Amino acid sequence: MQIPYTSKPRPDTGLYNAKVGLWLFLASEVMLFGGLFSAYILLRTGHEGPWPRGWLSVPIGTFNTMVLISSSISATMAWAACKMGQFNRFKMFHGITLLLAILFLGVKSFEYRDKLTHYWVETKSGVVADGHLVKKTDTEVVLHGVRTSDAAVLYDRTSADYKKLHHEEITIPTADIKKISNYQPKLNIYLSLYWCITGLHALHLIGGILVFGYLWGPGSSMWNRDRERFTNRIEIAGLYWHFVDLVWVFVFPVLYLF
Amino acid sequence: MMEFFYKILGLPEVASTHGHKVDEFIVYIHWLMIALFFGWLVYFVYTLYKFNARRTKKANYFGVRNHFSTYIELAVVGFETILLLFLAVPLWGEVVGKLPKESDSTVIQVVAQQFAWNARYGGPDGKFGAQDMEFVNNDNLFGIDPADTAGKDDVQVLNEIHVPVDKPVLCYVSSKDVIHSFRVREMRATQDAIPGMRIPLWFVPNKTGTFQIFCAQLCGGGHAQMAGGRLVVESQEDFKRWQASKSGATLNFE
Amino acid sequence: MASSNAATHSHAHDHAHAHDDHHAPTGFWTNYIFSTDHKVVGIQYGVTALFFMLFGFGLMMMMRWQIAHPGEALPVLGPLLEKLLGSNMAGKGIISPDLYNSFGAMHGTIMVFLAIVPLATGAFGNYLVPIQIGAIDMAFPKLNMASFQLYFWGGVVMFTSFFVPGGAAQAGWTSYPPLANAIPTDGQTYWLIGMVFLISSSLLGSANIIATIIQLRAPGMTWMRMPFFVWSQFVAAFLLLLAFPPLEAAGVMQLMDKVFGTSFFLPTGLAVGGDLANISGGGSPLLWQHLFWFLAHPEVYVLILPALGIISEIIACNTRKPLWGYKTLVYSALMLGFISFIVWAHHMYMTGMSTKIATFFQTTTMIISIPSVIILTCLLLSLWGGSIRFNTPMLFATAFLPMFAIGGLTGLPLGFNYSDIHLHDTYYVIGHFHYVVAPGTIFALFAGIYFWFPKVTGRHMNEFWGKVHFWGSLVFMNVIFMPMFSQGMGGMLRRMSDGGINYLLRPELLYMNKVILYGAIGLALAQIPFIINFFQSISGGKKVTSDNPWEATTLDWQTPTPPGHGNFDRPMEVFRGPYEYSVPGHQTDFTPQNEKPKA
Ligand code: HEA
Ligand code: HEA
Ligand code: CUA
Ligand SMILES: [Cu+2]
Repeated sequence: MQIPYTSKPRPDTGLYNAKVGLWLFLASEVMLFGGLFSAYILLRTGHEGPWPRGWLSVPIGTFNTMVLISSSISATMAWAACKMGQFNRFKMFHGITLLLAILFLGVKSFEYRDKLTHYWVETKSGVVADGHLVKKTDTEVVLHGVRTSDAAVLYDRTSADYKKLHHEEITIPTADIKKISNYQPKLNIYLSLYWCITGLHALHLIGGILVFGYLWGPGSSMWNRDRERFTNRIEIAGLYWHFVDLVWVFVFPVLYLF
Repeated sequence: MMEFFYKILGLPEVASTHGHKVDEFIVYIHWLMIALFFGWLVYFVYTLYKFNARRTKKANYFGVRNHFSTYIELAVVGFETILLLFLAVPLWGEVVGKLPKESDSTVIQVVAQQFAWNARYGGPDGKFGAQDMEFVNNDNLFGIDPADTAGKDDVQVLNEIHVPVDKPVLCYVSSKDVIHSFRVREMRATQDAIPGMRIPLWFVPNKTGTFQIFCAQLCGGGHAQMAGGRLVVESQEDFKRWQASKSGATLNFE
Repeated sequence: MASSNAATHSHAHDHAHAHDDHHAPTGFWTNYIFSTDHKVVGIQYGVTALFFMLFGFGLMMMMRWQIAHPGEALPVLGPLLEKLLGSNMAGKGIISPDLYNSFGAMHGTIMVFLAIVPLATGAFGNYLVPIQIGAIDMAFPKLNMASFQLYFWGGVVMFTSFFVPGGAAQAGWTSYPPLANAIPTDGQTYWLIGMVFLISSSLLGSANIIATIIQLRAPGMTWMRMPFFVWSQFVAAFLLLLAFPPLEAAGVMQLMDKVFGTSFFLPTGLAVGGDLANISGGGSPLLWQHLFWFLAHPEVYVLILPALGIISEIIACNTRKPLWGYKTLVYSALMLGFISFIVWAHHMYMTGMSTKIATFFQTTTMIISIPSVIILTCLLLSLWGGSIRFNTPMLFATAFLPMFAIGGLTGLPLGFNYSDIHLHDTYYVIGHFHYVVAPGTIFALFAGIYFWFPKVTGRHMNEFWGKVHFWGSLVFMNVIFMPMFSQGMGGMLRRMSDGGINYLLRPELLYMNKVILYGAIGLALAQIPFIINFFQSISGGKKVTSDNPWEATTLDWQTPTPPGHGNFDRPMEVFRGPYEYSVPGHQTDFTPQNEKPKA
């Protein structure tokens, strides 16, 4: 006994089961990220005081956006190759997708590491310093970055005031420190959102990479057994990938640009 | 007539001007509910009796053929629409939209905490001292600026809120820790006390007496015991006297 | 399966198809624990959920006792609680306020997420949807198994949380922050993790049900020939699929607030001690409430829709006539589904809502009551002209109607924010929703259990004890929940660990707490015949004499009893609507959906 429509589409719906399942899954994913984005909107519109802007590197973000978009293209090419029965071509494009995905995560982890070594220090004398940790001892903390007595300037880093600030090595005696924190999620609500949204997105990528890796490696033996079904698998994996890509296309402007 | 329905429904005493409207509204909506329920119940019981397989051996494929039910449904829609458009919406508009002028009312800041109610009055001069988040701490819940002289005669009390009768009371409700809900049953007034928000609530007490303040939102282990708050509605003179006796107690609780 | 679609499959799988074929499972583990057969998964769901329901009721019994006797030690179980949970939770056998709160939160969570929804969609949905549409299994059997496993482990996490230091979650089933963050117990974190399991389980389950309904309908089973039960599951599954993810997002954020110290839901300027003293702030407690109720309102229709579906099947079969207004029912259910996404804030009228928003939400709330009224009207009118057989399932089904009506009607004064001022967070609300879920949904589930028991086990449950169970439950449910309306009107608040003795309430309102306790004890006693009947009938009940003991029309009754692997022993093809009872001119009073037309 066989469950029908596992690989051939059902005539009246025009879909095979897995595709229906995937669309439903994506619908729920839309609601998941929709929930997060609504949270972002609500928290931002209800926010008192300046909202952090320009805290993330736009070039890096743009680069990663390009990487993801390219990976979507190669995922489509891989599926097309399957459709045309060119297994080697499939392997190549599918492999490219995989590599691009890993590249994206590599860049992302670089960004994360950067955040964890980036420090925000408020001193008792009212000066706020912000920069990368150079060294930290019992008596002092050394940052490479900027300092100002007007913390508001540090929030909007796209502003002219901020650009005027001088990057330098800053030494702060431990005794003078009121608050010190790296750019971890709890520093402020913006970073909380950043970590939460990009983290969840990264988890989706990791899931995708596992599936893509399986389909490239051991899973590809299905090509010889049931070509049609394998092609379907590549198709729905690709659909998922496009979705993950699409989410990033929203994440990028929301967190990096606005 | 209305009194009879208040009794039947077991509505508690009312002591505010808009409270009567709330009660009336509750009665109207219960008329609809009762009519629907008992109307259908008669049909229902009769049907169960009549169409019991013992009495009706053979079922009728078609069943009901008229459209009477559609009229009932339309009537329900109509009644709900009337309640909604002519009562609920405008009345709610009064409750939250048309706040009384501060100069005409007794203005009180209410801050809930686990598990008691703090309240602050502007004092005889009617002016609140300046407040700022940065002064907020456990001894200074309202974040009062110690330097501001307008705050010197402010009155701050714990759990005992006095107000004069027949004058609007305007409360700004907030909380210092978790969500509570400021509720005075006899005033038909309820407002969640949410940390980080300062939400206005107003009513006009029209009976003197002492009413209990309920906490209507789960706020931890002491939620059920958060019952010590009292709203004392008294005559204008009594209120003045009371206020004078409390003046200057800004920064410390009794 | 040899139906018309078999042709498309015959050659593609001729060689080397070992791993994706749908073989009958062998061995204990694959048969009973990791089975992928939808019927086994359904039974697993059912049994687990029934145990959780009993557990949830047990918690409530202890709470009701404490409310009726504030400050007194719980008899019999008190010392046991003290041993299990420690003396600061149940010192001297008295349920402390903290313990009361965790029982309350867990009662709500367990009843909603671990008992009723799994029973209604996991058990009934899984078992019946495929066989009612003539499919051999669910579209994704492996996901189905995973869904049950996730549910089971989610339940285990929830259950374990009672024994962590500080006890289980205590912030209500709504888990409102900042309270949820301020309570010093890991139970709150366990609650969140458990919820993530349960949400994932629901997502897999609901996607599966929808895909099955879309893809696997037998030939001839058009949309408008589907039994209403299938429709109700279809809409409920959509609600789960789309409403749960925002709560998952919220759950992740609350988890981050707890674990990483973020403050998504914590505003600036909180003056609480402990871990919350140095948060960064900037969050919003109301955000959580919006995300929570965005799920939880659709969720309540997930509780009621499958119940309505079950009731419809039973009413049609036992009145021996078609449902009145089948199409209207379907459209109303769809409408209910859509609108349920835009009424959520009626749970938040007292949070300082502006006139505009309040107007929107009370209007949508009134609009959503209309399809409910229509559905109930259709079911009531379906009775007219019938030849009603009052067997146990039908008794529960008929009682469902006025009980749901009481619950639904009392939703109206809550739906208008002007009356909600007085009723919000009182026992009136508790009465409202328990009438819909307890004598409502639970009755429907009981009805369903009695009705389909013969199909699942091949034996009938005992009718006499079934009737005892019914009358006992009906009377005591009302003894429990009816007084709550008076208590609520009189101003008694919910979630009071001492039953409200600190408030100046009329003494008779407090006295009702004792009456309710007796009602609860009666209700518990009334379940004993059911439990014994249930287990005893599996092996000792009266054997069914035919595969279709109730002479029903839908495809679930055209299977062997119990249905084997693959469900049907002959290809199913559907020729007519689901409720062709007493068709004029037909020689029996039922015409199965798969009976070939004469000409
Ligand atoms: C299955 C569950 C279920 C269902 C179906 C409903 C249905 C409805 N609910 Fe309910 N509700 C809950 C479960 C449910 N609710 C829960 C769990 C809570 C509390 C959560 C918490 O705070 O913990 C709640 C709380 C709740 C509130 C918040 C109250 C507050 O906290 O202050 C509101 C407010 O609008 C509301 C409204 C409604 C309305 C208008 C309906 C309508 O859909 C009802 C429509 C039905 C009818 C109008 C009946 C029609 C009747 C007839 C046609 C008569 C027939 C007569 C005979 C048969 C004799 N509900
Ligand atoms: C679907 C949901 C559901 C169901 C079915 C119930 C069922 C019941 N509930 Fe519950 N309840 C809630 C959801 C539910 N509840 C929620 C969400 C809350 C709010 C929590 C909060 O404040 O956060 C609440 C709160 C709540 C309160 C208020 C507590 C408070 O505010 O302090 C009370 C008080 O009496 C109560 C009572 C009951 C009773 C007596 C039942 C009875 O009807 C129970 C009936 C059950 C049975 C009779 C068991 C039958 C079991 C079997 C037959 C098992 C058979 C087993 C085998 C065969 C293996 N509930
Ligand atoms: Cu404060 Cu409940
Ligand atoms: Cu609701």
